[in-house]
Amino acid sequence: MSAVLETNALVKKFGGITATNAVTFALEKGARHALIGPNGAGKTTFINLLTGVLEPTSGRISLDGKDITNVKPEARVKMGLVRTFQINQLFAGMTPLQALGVAVSERQGRGSDWRRVVGTKATVTDEIVEVAERFRLIDVLEERTGNLAYGKQRLLEIALAFACKPRVLLLDEPAAGVPEAERAELLETIARLPDDVSILLIEHDMDLVFSFAKKITVLVDGTLFADGTVAEISNDPRVRAVYLGEGEHG
Amino acid sequence: MPSKAAVSRLSTLGRWRLAEILFWLAAAASVPLLTEHHLVLTEIAIIALFAVSLDLILGYAGIASLGHTAFFGAGAYAAGLFAIHVTNDPLLGLVAGAAAAAVLGFATSFLVLRGADLTRLMVTLGVALVLGEIANKAGKITGGADGLQGVFMAPILGRFEFDLFGHVGYVYSLVVFFVLFVVARRIVVSPFGLSLLAIRDNPLRARAIGIPVNTRLTAIYTISAAIAGVAGALLAQTAQFVSIDVLAFHRSADALLMLVIGGTGYLYGGIVGAVAFKVLQEILSVWTPQYWTFWIGAILVAIVLIGRQRIGNGVMGIWARLLGKGGAA
Ligand SMILES: Nc1ncnc2c1ncn2[C@@H]1O[C@H](COP(=O)(O)OP(=O)(O)OP(=O)(O)O)[C@@H](O)[C@H]1O
Ligand SMILES: [Mg+2]
Repeated sequence: MSAVLETNALVKKFGGITATNAVTFALEKGARHALIGPNGAGKTTFINLLTGVLEPTSGRISLDGKDITNVKPEARVKMGLVRTFQINQLFAGMTPLQALGVAVSERQGRGSDWRRVVGTKATVTDEIVEVAERFRLIDVLEERTGNLAYGKQRLLEIALAFACKPRVLLLDEPAAGVPEAERAELLETIARLPDDVSILLIEHDMDLVFSFAKKITVLVDGTLFADGTVAEISNDPRVRAVYLGEGEHG
Repeated sequence: MPSKAAVSRLSTLGRWRLAEILFWLAAAASVPLLTEHHLVLTEIAIIALFAVSLDLILGYAGIASLGHTAFFGAGAYAAGLFAIHVTNDPLLGLVAGAAAAAVLGFATSFLVLRGADLTRLMVTLGVALVLGEIANKAGKITGGADGLQGVFMAPILGRFEFDLFGHVGYVYSLVVFFVLFVVARRIVVSPFGLSLLAIRDNPLRARAIGIPVNTRLTAIYTISAAIAGVAGALLAQTAQFVSIDVLAFHRSADALLMLVIGGTGYLYGGIVGAVAFKVLQEILSVWTPQYWTFWIGAILVAIVLIGRQRIGNGVMGIWARLLGKGGAA
């Protein structure tokens, strides 16, 4: 067992609410790990803590055994820890091509280069081509981001993260709100993410969770409620009671 | 491969459009053709450069400032004092103006970046007010309310002497403006420039793709300050005098107004706005000398109320599309 990403007794309090309650968690190398839990369980908060958007009240986070609790968000990205957002966080004034250009340039360490026109390096454009093809964005590269079909926006949301060459990818409800017609394309690209990327997937859709994940962690009221293989979790009566039994969420 | 072709279009952002080339040819043509207007054209070139420097932070990085003239003024005083006390070579004076403004920009960037929009407005305003008061009180150095006298410039490159009619001053200002414009234009289509757009659009996501947001904002704030400083230095050198007015609030407000008129985020907005502003000022101040600020205010209110979108489909929209705002940025 070799964990890439670990937390130790992680706590986040918002005033009186404990959104993350002493969570000790490990994500294995190459994982396909799902994080589930009812609305308001603290799943997004957990991702925010992992990526440095929020500061934990207490506890530690480590990446490859290195303590990153006080590392800045952008530096964590450069270490290979990248996330997507539950609610699209795109660049409204830019085309998908420009947005990918920024992400790839940044990843290649050219983000502070002001002398060269963006996209004049073959190493940059080759990588954009690769990402855009993987996420089926080639045909919409020069459209306004806000005009894209929702499914495409969702693909761009993941593509931007993928352009950062993550070793650990945290997906916060990637399929949320995507209409049925566009769903297959999205699920397929998620299924085809490279094996060497360790993935933590937050999802309410149980079909997606069961088809994607090898391991599942259940979070309830900020507390780790259960942890195990897909079979263990789907047969756990307590989980069925508090979560699966409640039917559809989201 | 079609994918490659699609992606290769990213670098066309940097390409000069026909309208841009025509614009700069027209600007060059004003040298031989509009000789009797060189003094006012010099003023336009200077305030346009100043507005362009403001556009770099406002239009590209989303930093609103009410005190950008702090850097214009710092550049003007630095260039004036440099000419008096060190050397009166014009180009070295520009460097001095840029350096002084850049240092001030870098130092104050940390105050400015701390807050949200309203805090930024107040902090930038405050910095400029403080500087204005310092210039006023430090009369021994700055000449106080009487202005800094005795700025005599040597010939440019040792060859071109400033003349009374402002011909040499205009060519000088125009060339400096053009050079800095080319630099600014390159900056905004570079990976650095695009990362600023990303920050402007969504700082949360910008961080999440690894962009060091504060470092980038400090960098552009400093660059913008330096360019504003050069604009101030140009004024000091061509007027051979520094009035305390270089630090006055109206200069910051005028630059914002120019960007409101011309549009932000495509660099030419500052130029279009500067020309429109100066022309309006000339016309209105002849027509109603006492009330020109009233009218300029009324026009501002009209522009904002009618909405740039609707105007955007009219005259300004044509400008913007020709000069490249379009879908690009
Ligand atoms: N910035 C914040 N300030 C105050 N409370 C917050 C903040 N962010 C989250 N919370 C609270 O923390 C709890 C956990 O929220 P979180 O968004 O992490 O849940 P979630 O599991 O992602 O839910 P969902 O499935 O609806 O996305 C909620 O009670 C929420 O109201
Ligand atoms: Mg959530």
